Amino acid sequence: MSNTFDYTAAPALIRVEDLHKSFGSLKVLSGITETIHKGEVVSLIGPSGSGKSTFLRCLNLLEVPTSGHIWFNGEDIADKSVNIDKHRQKMGMVFQHFNIFPHMSVIENITLAPVMLGKMSKDEAIAKAEALLERVGLSDKRDNKPSRLSGGQKQRLAIIRALAMEPEVMLFDEPTSALDPEMVGEVLEVIKDLARNKMTCVIVTHEMGFAREVCNRVLFMDGGTICEQGEPHKLFDHPEHPRTKDFLSKVL
Amino acid sequence: MVANLTRLLTKYGMNFVNGLFTTLELALISVAIGCIIGAIVAIMRLSKSKILNGIAAVYTEVIRDTPLLLQLYFFYFLLPDILPALRLSKFTCIAVALIFNSGAYMSEVFRSGIQSVDRGQTEAARSLGLSSSQTMIRIVLPQALRNVLPAMCNEFVAITKETSLASTFYVGDLMTQYQTISGKTYMVIEPLIIIGVIYFVVTFTMSKLIAVLERKLKTDE
Repeated sequence: MSNTFDYTAAPALIRVEDLHKSFGSLKVLSGITETIHKGEVVSLIGPSGSGKSTFLRCLNLLEVPTSGHIWFNGEDIADKSVNIDKHRQKMGMVFQHFNIFPHMSVIENITLAPVMLGKMSKDEAIAKAEALLERVGLSDKRDNKPSRLSGGQKQRLAIIRALAMEPEVMLFDEPTSALDPEMVGEVLEVIKDLARNKMTCVIVTHEMGFAREVCNRVLFMDGGTICEQGEPHKLFDHPEHPRTKDFLSKVL
Repeated sequence: MVANLTRLLTKYGMNFVNGLFTTLELALISVAIGCIIGAIVAIMRLSKSKILNGIAAVYTEVIRDTPLLLQLYFFYFLLPDILPALRLSKFTCIAVALIFNSGAYMSEVFRSGIQSVDRGQTEAARSLGLSSSQTMIRIVLPQALRNVLPAMCNEFVAITKETSLASTFYVGDLMTQYQTISGKTYMVIEPLIIIGVIYFVVTFTMSKLIAVLERKLKTDE
């Protein structure tokens, strides 16, 4: 795995400027400015309540920022007049609890969005879905109901459901936190495969080993800000900020 | 008594059958159209628009907090008055009243059904780029419908019994048949027993079928 990818040379894909988010009087994000470059694999780590999930969910406007800008494909998607649905088609998201559509078969879960949103014909979508199922080893589940799948299989399905829209970036919100331990590996393997193929990924994770191995850059968040960031070997082996040191001493 | 019952059944058998069909027809129409109204009103209730929300809230509260018999009278007199050109039959006016009534109850059933669908479903659909209405139609409503199917069937059972109030206007339902037959034969208890048994058998059977359906939906998950 190449941790040596020079992300700063790649063009910016998402540019976040002074992002703030409050829930009522609770301030969750206080002024985040950050750029995600094309082809980068970034992980967000930090204690619970540090705002990493909220930050990730702001990137595709599942949480509406209180103030600030999020530039994606030349538009400020935090601007209320922007058609966010169009941009979301280009930003895949994977959730902690999979959120597979239980009333549809496995293949329908994958083909629904591309067909409904006119991205491809039904036949094209099915061909694409079959290729994706093959890629993650779920071909034999093609016509099953999701209730028959294990957690790991559901999450792999969730990943390819997002990939079927051919997104420019994939957002992962603790993708392995709800999995039984023996299923974590199979899901991480799929994400690693994406990273190898230069898919831009932003991953909120508690899997430090995975972050270290796969990511080009690690952002440590605490108290609604990015406290410290850097390449994994630097951040994990030589943390500078006392809060980073404190956090890493507890989890490593 | 037994002799009277047999006599009634042989002489007026078709009246009871016709009455049952009219009752079921009224119930079916009310619930079917009430369902569509209920779904729309439920979405209005859950929408962010204060106006839509307000209209829906007033509608459901007014219907739920007034007697059905009053609503029947209201539509019975109001509809021919405001739409004389349509020459609405008694049956239509009563059906409309029952539809509005069941729509209000159904909207509450739907509302709880929609709210019982996990938020994550909406988030997943929206994150794929589906609009909020596409998400509602393809993701939330099908799951909500499944959750509320037993409650909807129960509403059908309830409305089947409530249609008896329509007999006030002689629309030909089971209870109307009772009044007709009782008037002709001067018998009171016997025809009551017969229609009572019919009501009981029909609603009891439906309730049991609903219980089966409910169990099947649970195991399917």
